[in-house]
Amino acid sequence: MSGDVAQRAARDGTPPPGPVLAVEDLSVGYQLGHSTKTVVRNISFELEPGQVLALVGESGSGKSTIGHAILGLLPANGRLLGGSVRYQGRTISDLPGGQLRELRGRAISLIPQDPTVSLDPVRRVGPQVEDVLRLHTGLDGEARRRRVHELFALVGFDDVERRYRQFPHELSGGMRQRVLIAAAVAAEPDVIVADEPTSGLDATVQAQVLDLIDDLRRRGGTSVVLITHDLGVAADRSDLVGVVRDGRLAELAPTGVFVQNPRDEYSRHLLDNVPSRLSFTRDRGSGTASEDPGPAVEVRHLSKHYGGHTAVDDISFTVARGQTFSIVGESGSGKSTTARILTGLTRATAGRVSLLGTEVGTLDTKAFRPLRRDVQIVFQNPYASFDPRFDVLSVVEEPLRSFQPAGSARRRRQENRDRVVAALEAASLPASFLHRHPRELSGGQRQRVAIARALVLEPKVVVLDEPISALDVSVQAQILELLVRLQSELGLTYVLISHDLAVVRAISDRVAVMRRGGIVEQGETAQVFESPASPYTAQLLGAIAGRRLAIR
Amino acid sequence: MTTTAENPAPSVEARDTGGSAKTSRGRAIAILLWSIRHWSVVVAGAVLVVAVLWALVPGWFAHSSPTAIGATDKLLPPSSAHWFGTDRLGRDQYSRVVHGARASLSGSVVAVLIGVAVGSVFGALAGWFGRWIDAVVMRLIDVVLSIPGFLLAITIVVVLGYGILQAAAAVGLTSSAAFARLIRSEVLRARTSQYVEAAVASGARSSTVLLRHVVPNSLGPTLSLVTIQFGISIIWIASLSFLGLGAQPPSPEWGRLVADGRNFLASKPYLVVYPALTVAAVVLAGNRLARHFAERQKR
Amino acid sequence: MARYVLKRLAHTVLVLWAAYTLAFILLTALPGNAISNLINNPQNQLTPEDGKLLKAFYGLDHPVVVQYVRALDALLHGNLGYSLSSGAKVADLLGDALPGTLRLTALGFVFGAVIAAGVGVVGSYARWNWLRTLLQSFPALAASVPSFVIGILILYYFSFQLHLIPAVDDGTFLALVGPAVTLGIMVSAPLSQVFSASIAATRRQPFVHVLQARGAGERYIFGRGVLRNSSLPVLTMLGLAVGELIAGSVVTEAVFARNGIGQITLNAVNTQDLPVVQGVVLVATTGYVLVNLVVDVVHPLIDPRIRADILAARPKKTKGSEKGAIPARLGPDEATSPRLPEEVATR
Repeated sequence: MSGDVAQRAARDGTPPPGPVLAVEDLSVGYQLGHSTKTVVRNISFELEPGQVLALVGESGSGKSTIGHAILGLLPANGRLLGGSVRYQGRTISDLPGGQLRELRGRAISLIPQDPTVSLDPVRRVGPQVEDVLRLHTGLDGEARRRRVHELFALVGFDDVERRYRQFPHELSGGMRQRVLIAAAVAAEPDVIVADEPTSGLDATVQAQVLDLIDDLRRRGGTSVVLITHDLGVAADRSDLVGVVRDGRLAELAPTGVFVQNPRDEYSRHLLDNVPSRLSFTRDRGSGTASEDPGPAVEVRHLSKHYGGHTAVDDISFTVARGQTFSIVGESGSGKSTTARILTGLTRATAGRVSLLGTEVGTLDTKAFRPLRRDVQIVFQNPYASFDPRFDVLSVVEEPLRSFQPAGSARRRRQENRDRVVAALEAASLPASFLHRHPRELSGGQRQRVAIARALVLEPKVVVLDEPISALDVSVQAQILELLVRLQSELGLTYVLISHDLAVVRAISDRVAVMRRGGIVEQGETAQVFESPASPYTAQLLGAIAGRRLAIR
Repeated sequence: MTTTAENPAPSVEARDTGGSAKTSRGRAIAILLWSIRHWSVVVAGAVLVVAVLWALVPGWFAHSSPTAIGATDKLLPPSSAHWFGTDRLGRDQYSRVVHGARASLSGSVVAVLIGVAVGSVFGALAGWFGRWIDAVVMRLIDVVLSIPGFLLAITIVVVLGYGILQAAAAVGLTSSAAFARLIRSEVLRARTSQYVEAAVASGARSSTVLLRHVVPNSLGPTLSLVTIQFGISIIWIASLSFLGLGAQPPSPEWGRLVADGRNFLASKPYLVVYPALTVAAVVLAGNRLARHFAERQKR
Repeated sequence: MARYVLKRLAHTVLVLWAAYTLAFILLTALPGNAISNLINNPQNQLTPEDGKLLKAFYGLDHPVVVQYVRALDALLHGNLGYSLSSGAKVADLLGDALPGTLRLTALGFVFGAVIAAGVGVVGSYARWNWLRTLLQSFPALAASVPSFVIGILILYYFSFQLHLIPAVDDGTFLALVGPAVTLGIMVSAPLSQVFSASIAATRRQPFVHVLQARGAGERYIFGRGVLRNSSLPVLTMLGLAVGELIAGSVVTEAVFARNGIGQITLNAVNTQDLPVVQGVVLVATTGYVLVNLVVDVVHPLIDPRIRADILAARPKKTKGSEKGAIPARLGPDEATSPRLPEEVATR
């Protein structure tokens, strides 16, 4: 990369010493009907050349809005209520559109949130990167093309000419993010705003993408504003951490200081709830296991084919009663298909599955039904798993009605209601939620409703399909705590499907690592995590963000 | 927008309007404010109410008979006695427009009912059972949709004969293919949704899934097509009548009135303009309301 | 790709055959027809023998199945049968009327496309709020006014009041303008509706936001991103618009008293001249289906995702969006919200 400092200085005039980016007393609001809702309040920070500032916060905290405000790209109903953004000492937040456009992409660029939708689906990726050069340089077509080839090599593509001509849908999520990074650095900006650059990517890909951003930053002396919900990523990759809560900067501190000794209470709360720091003292009811020694779940040589594609490839495992068995893997590893087979939503192609002693691998949906009294599932996205017309009572009551004679619902109204209330209480929700609609609830509350639904029948086995991956960190911890408590109270058996190794480590007894449909390794949790037998497991472990957090 | 998670929920606004409606006076003010902000919806509603009243009780609005021939009153210009003038047989044009509402509106109701009935049977069968039933129904829909719609309606009129009911049936049958396709895809969407999967996983019977989840959730989009189809049906029936293939003389119908007046367009444009504007106004009002409800549903 | 085109072509032929059959079944269900009316009319003083002869001439003395097979056989030889009322060849009748109607619909199509493009682009990007609001309400307005009303208003103002265009078809180009504008306004309603909605939807896409972050202005973004993405739904709509044009031309020709397919259709309907009705349906359907075939073939050329699906010969990915010869008709408002990946926004 030809982006050495000298060249940039020649282009822009010598940058004045001092921060490259300064945000001062920034407030942003959204116009909603006749009122304005303030989402960013009096934020100030400064960024020196080459520094990385991580803005961490939970969803709705306003951290992304700060990023948009820096770029001057608030949504149509967004307003700058006060304060300023200064770039190299020059206030840019009040510049007219045309002048601001010249800075965007050239001085301050963006690595967007979701690579799958951030590229134009009907244009080849090469020309899309070229846009930056076309807008900000006088290079001719041939030179631009050569430069894009260089950039593609820089972000780690081998076959640059072929990549240049490919369409976004021909690339994986990680590769698309590389393209977007290439575009972000194409004009050698001084500041990059990286807005959740790895959300939705698998852990190993996430690590590669973050390494790439790190590497480019170091080479070009670029400053980065890294917006993330992941404290682990923030801790590993930044010089400064800013904790955003309700639009305010709760704490702004050098990363090392922040990790060791957070001053703000909310920061401490966040840090304490990071999955890698969680540990649960589990008190298992010992009585249930000894009464019936047979395993809760037994899977032998299970396979599932979709057409020519093998989703699950000859896996076997056993889950003892009252225990938590976790299946970890990246997307496409077959872990969700396994969950669907266990809950009778999909039929296996080959192999045996026995649940609580009943052979189910070959049962169709109808024949599976009696078993559902004992085997329930909690989905990743609770909201999508609720009928949009139902209130909380109807949602949680549904499994009860399913196993009562049709038409008896009216007679059993009071009884069902009481059982629903009991289930809600078990999930730490008040009875006043009965007639609330799920759309009025927060993500964590929705997941509690989903858990109440799964528990209302008092099942023995619960399959948890990524139960917390859509939730904020602190909520994640609460839900995990709830699940652990319910397990010890009710003697439940859990099959946990997750991509998050830290979560798995926190609550499971045994772990199976899946890759491309097969189980790479399985064993006691401690053993798999301490001394992984498979190199793939080791690679997964290595990709966990937040090592700096775990060591304390 | 990628920042939705950070945007405050839009439901805040809805709650505000609900909160101010505590007292009856407060409610009146709230309704007034709503009406001012949604004046076009209010106007559209008023137009439709008048049109429906015309159809139900035309006597309230027009005192002279729509078919009484006045030998001395031929082709009179609009006046206080004959608001829209008189036609070539001396009939009061305003009265004919008012009485024409019944044919046009009942025709479109019949058309939509037929379209929905036929369409939902085929669409629901295809969407729910899938497999070969779906394949057969889809091919059938393909074929029906491959004949330009209005032409198909004309062809059906050839079979059924002339008359407002026949025209309505022709329009309804033609539109049933579009209904069938929409209902099929809605049923399919609901059937493959995660909440249905969750219901199945929690042990629900398939009848429960169908009646408690799939049908109610397929209804919304279907209703919104129904409201749109009303307008389209009015236009098509009027067009058929305009071509002489719908309502037959002497019964008044809006398209028919326009066709009758067309010969006098150069000298007596009012004979054409009033019925023509009436059709346009009613359809426009219907579509405005349809869009309003579609927008509300989205929220 | 060639396989895809062949497959679409075969499908088209199949649909045409099925549509012809459907029309045949519909029309043979008819109790009366021009010939039986002729025979049964006492004024004509036909003997039963004459009647039989007539029926034999038109092949009506055979069972329906035989009639169908014969008609299909004749069709394959380019023979659409004979008019029951005039005895002329249906193919000749239609052949004479077709050029006029084609000219009309072609010009109407051009007007419609131009109006829709203008309404879509200006209605989305105009600097003045009032102009955007005005243009955005155009599609709903145009869709609410029946084409015969539009036609008659044009006829009244531009012919009778302003004398700008001839009131009757005198064969000049100017006489074509009135009816073509009528058709154009009619067909522009759904086109501009879809175009506006899809421009708006595309502009909400994250990739547009990314382009803005690269420093691109509205014009650049429109030219390099929004235009192509938002044209895709319009392309599908163009195929559908042809169906509306065919229907609209029947009405418009009646309003402007022009000769053409519309005129022939109405005469045939009034005299229950079944072979002619059948011929009109066949010709119109063929045109309609062929245009949609072209749309289907062009679509993958513009949208690489569809191209990839075809090349991989993957089963259609999205359930419920299975494509037939003709997509479902869209009402004036149904198309306002092309479904976008909403889960992206709510994640």
